Amino acid sequence: MRLQFVLAEVLQGLRRNATMVVSVILVTFVSLTFVGAAALLQMQVTKLKGDWYDLVEVSVFLCPEGSAVPTCADGEAGDEQVAAIEDVIDTELGDIVATTYFETKEEAFEAFEARYPDGYQGTQLTVDDMQASFRLQLADPEQYQVVDDVLTGRDGIEVVEDQRAAFEPLFVALNRASIVAVGLAGVMLLAAALLITTTIRLSAVSRRRETGIMRLVGASSLFVQLPFMLEGAIAALVGAVLAVVGLWLAVQYLVADWLARSVDWVDYVSTTDVLTIAPLLLAVAVALAGVSSAVTLYRSSRV
Amino acid sequence: MIRFENVSKVYARGARPALDDVSVDVERGEFVFLVGASGSGKSTFLRLVLREERPTGGRVYVAGRDLTRLSSWRVPALRRGIGMVFQDFRLLPNKSVYENVAFALQVIGRPRHVIRTTVPEVLEWVGLDGKEKRRPHELSGGEQQRVAIARAFVNRPQILLADEPTGNLDPTTSLGIMRLLDRINRTGTTVVMATHDDEIVNEMRRRVVELSTGHVVRDEADAVYGRREEILPAVGPVAVLDAPGRDVPVRRITVRPEPGDVAAERASEEAAEHLTEDIEREPVSEPLEERSSAMSGAARATEEA
Repeated sequence: MRLQFVLAEVLQGLRRNATMVVSVILVTFVSLTFVGAAALLQMQVTKLKGDWYDLVEVSVFLCPEGSAVPTCADGEAGDEQVAAIEDVIDTELGDIVATTYFETKEEAFEAFEARYPDGYQGTQLTVDDMQASFRLQLADPEQYQVVDDVLTGRDGIEVVEDQRAAFEPLFVALNRASIVAVGLAGVMLLAAALLITTTIRLSAVSRRRETGIMRLVGASSLFVQLPFMLEGAIAALVGAVLAVVGLWLAVQYLVADWLARSVDWVDYVSTTDVLTIAPLLLAVAVALAGVSSAVTLYRSSRV
Repeated sequence: MIRFENVSKVYARGARPALDDVSVDVERGEFVFLVGASGSGKSTFLRLVLREERPTGGRVYVAGRDLTRLSSWRVPALRRGIGMVFQDFRLLPNKSVYENVAFALQVIGRPRHVIRTTVPEVLEWVGLDGKEKRRPHELSGGEQQRVAIARAFVNRPQILLADEPTGNLDPTTSLGIMRLLDRINRTGTTVVMATHDDEIVNEMRRRVVELSTGHVVRDEADAVYGRREEILPAVGPVAVLDAPGRDVPVRRITVRPEPGDVAAERASEEAAEHLTEDIEREPVSEPLEERSSAMSGAARATEEA
């Protein structure tokens, strides 16, 4: 009985404030789409890092003949220097480095020839143009800086290179995109909160007569306020559902059907990920509506 | 039932108190008229009973509850035991007569089968059977006030408060409303009515509490309205309509009663007689009848005393 009555009141309120309700739905939809997009971007970044960081290594290039770098003053790195470097890696970086592999000039040339059988940009290179190097696989790729600090400046080492650096611009771009999305989401969420507040207030004003009588005959405050709170919550929830549907469609048609086919060597976010963040979006919507209505009703309607 | 102990109410700091050291004791089942000029504190008195306001000083007891200490979450329970009727009826224009009365029960969570039996019963009792589906604007003023009374009474409150219930009605229609309030009082419900209507007060001969600038200046049993020129000096010895917010008193014009009210009055009398017969036959089958018979017991006790 009570539930039915409250639902009837809610429906009536939604119908009476249709335009406001629609605007709440749209604003929540847009803001939560941004929240969801930011979350998906972060998931994509994590996925890429997980996949790529396992493949990449830190390359410690040894001095070749005729390098201008000060640590290479002695010319090409000799066996002694190589042994010293290996010793440093074992003793000082034992915890960080998972595997060490020494690539000779010859191996480097083989790998080069395999990759560029017709020569690189028209020049023919020889074994002596190649550099010997240590390839270090790190237990934790984030520890690159430590490796760099320990090895750079040692005799026989020309340069320490983190292959991750190649991906950095991409990750920076993705991270900035998520920051922008989060920023826009913040602005839109604020707008949504204000709109919900206004909608509830409007609804309360248009039903002042009813609520006055409800109080008079002894309806509890919760019972008087519940329809308004539910109105805000329902509008926000519909917006959240629309956002989930929108993100799902975007991932399905933009990522899974199009991007994944044209650039297929990357592991993309999937519609499953959208469903993973769906509860988060719904929770944000409910919290948004809850906070807005609590604030409004606390201020406007006391017994 | 209602006890005011040295109650004061000041709305704004520095303003003249709306009520100043008022002590009044209303017994269970009493019918009390509150009279006094506009601004004498009648409405404040009623608002304090409903706990729409808290007193600035003193104590207010209603149905055994100390309202000055009542926490706000208990206020709804208090109000369920009090019915309230206004001069401007305060009906919901987009709901039918039936829905208006049912609304009062729905919002306090009464089960549907209870509503389905109680509402037609009370509508018949106030003389509105057959008009359940009408909207308030399709009814005469007297009928609208009957709907409002039905709504106030449908939950069988122990106390009925009425703030100028006849203020918008012509004398004949007012008389019908007064008969109804009297009937409600005879079921054992305590009735407190604020009014300017001297004819009604004089005719009913009930207890009169007169307020003037927030003080009780008279409290008499079986009393009359008093000298109009003293109570309402600005108006003189002519009856007025007291519309809240309107400072200029308007002369009351006698109009012919609307046919709807006369019919309603007749139907209501019949329903009441019918009900009385039921009571005699079968004293405790319905809640309303229970109250009626309990009341007659109380009335007898009063007579004996």
